Amino acid sequence: MELIWEGIKEALRLLFTLDPEVLGITLLSLKVSVSATLISLFLGIGAGLVIALNRFPGKQFLISLINTGMGLPPVVVGLFVTILLWRNGPLGFFEILYTPTAIVLAQAIIATPIIAGISVAALQQLPPNLRLQILSLGATRRQMVWLLVKEARLPLLAAVMAGFGGVISEVGASIMVGGNIKGYSRVLTTATVMETGRGNFDIAIALSVILLLLAFSVNAVLTHLQQRERPR
Amino acid sequence: MSVPVLEAKGLTVRRGHVQVLEVPSLSLEPGSVTALIGPNGSGKSTLLQTLACLVMPSAGELLFHGSPLTARRERHAYRQQVTLVFQESLLFDTTVHANLSAGLKLHAVPRDERERRIEEAASRFGITHLLGRSARKLSGGEAQRTSLARAFALRPEILFLDEPFSALDPPTREALIDDLSGVLRETRTTALLATHDQVEAMRLADGLAVMHQGRIAQTGGVAEVINHPADEFVAAFVGMETVLDGTVTASSQGVLTASVLDRKVEASGCEAPGTRVRLGVRPENVTLSLGEEARTSALNHFPGTVTRIVPKGPYYKVELDCGFFLAAYVTARSLEELRLREGSEVVAGFKATAVHVLRG
Repeated sequence: MELIWEGIKEALRLLFTLDPEVLGITLLSLKVSVSATLISLFLGIGAGLVIALNRFPGKQFLISLINTGMGLPPVVVGLFVTILLWRNGPLGFFEILYTPTAIVLAQAIIATPIIAGISVAALQQLPPNLRLQILSLGATRRQMVWLLVKEARLPLLAAVMAGFGGVISEVGASIMVGGNIKGYSRVLTTATVMETGRGNFDIAIALSVILLLLAFSVNAVLTHLQQRERPR
Repeated sequence: MSVPVLEAKGLTVRRGHVQVLEVPSLSLEPGSVTALIGPNGSGKSTLLQTLACLVMPSAGELLFHGSPLTARRERHAYRQQVTLVFQESLLFDTTVHANLSAGLKLHAVPRDERERRIEEAASRFGITHLLGRSARKLSGGEAQRTSLARAFALRPEILFLDEPFSALDPPTREALIDDLSGVLRETRTTALLATHDQVEAMRLADGLAVMHQGRIAQTGGVAEVINHPADEFVAAFVGMETVLDGTVTASSQGVLTASVLDRKVEASGCEAPGTRVRLGVRPENVTLSLGEEARTSALNHFPGTVTRIVPKGPYYKVELDCGFFLAAYVTARSLEELRLREGSEVVAGFKATAVHVLRG
């Protein structure tokens, strides 16, 4: 118990003294996970729209595949991204292995199926005739898609939260493709793993408290956005 | 003769290998209200959505004020001049005001004009006090009023209505039908209303189109279709409960006599003797009496036995065995006065003019 208490005190000290190393790790975590979420938002909602609004052979199979992808183990993603980006790998010429960019790539791969899966469900739960109703009000196809996204905004924001939650907390892929390089590709989760391994529980607890605060702050902003436009 | 607002020619819609709609021709005259009636699954919604340019027909063309709608841009421009109200109110998850505003924004109506139209449409449908309320918190009737107001705010040239009252309880439906009837008359909006309720159709429309299995079985004025159904299906659908098969035995001066199961039935018609005919009798045209007071005028009279009495809200349907099936509607008071029970002996009567000689 004392250990946890010491850890929380250490976290507050590191936060309030603006410890440069902790600050750097925190900002990098935020930057990497927000970038990965934005990329997967674009890909996931786009894929969700294409799948939900069209009929094509193999649609159900594709949805099953995406739903399976929602539980994609980060270490598996880490493994395949490492192989792809390895010096002799198919994408080795990019030379981005063990960089924050590689972490963004791996995290985007983890978050995209989460956001796509929730987007498909969110769009499919809208009334089937809503699309026709919007068109019959005089909308172009583009306006119709935008109005549908607006109409599904509450579950779509939940998709964003789930996607962000999935990547800010994952460690397997980040450590494998980022390498946990001090001052360069070290993020909160990889640093916590490392400090725990070293037996520096107070710092590990401090980092995990910061991680929780960060996740809470981002989700609080998203929840505020989600609930703000809801008419009373 | 004026050019129809909308004309459909040779429309067919296929879903996979199945043809779900085949309408050789249909036109909507300016300011007319036509009811599209037919049972569930007869293709009413598909026809409405095709006419509203929301579903692409497999073949055929639509002419708006005589001009064909072929290019994508023309179809979009057309969609901006018509609108469709569905059975579900399909409101956006926002306020009633924003719902009314949504369509107007899509039409790029300037803000001041938008507010004027919202106020006008809300007032027409009695929802001004609901403008600030969330659409989620509306009752079924209020939501459908909002949906209709949203459509009218656009001032459409053609309003398509797909069973807009079928999800509402009777008192709410009655009030909304009255209001819509008033607004349609006042604004002289051309409308096509799909419904499976013939009473609703008769209250709102001046023309009827009866649909059956993806085809239009008959079109015409309301009275024309109700009183002169073109075939057995239309007769059954518009409420003709008794259809009798017979052979014409005599025909003179517009009145024919047909033999139906060895009984003689007189009907208005000029079919030649020997012609096989189907005769339709609407239950409201059949009167029931006790034997001694029956023969008071030149009617078809058939003694029969009551086999079943079915309550139908304000009246009762009495089913008789007269050697053939015959149905009659009577009021609760008549039922009591005649002391009708299952097994009662009565005389059923109907005029020759009340018998419809059905083709087909």
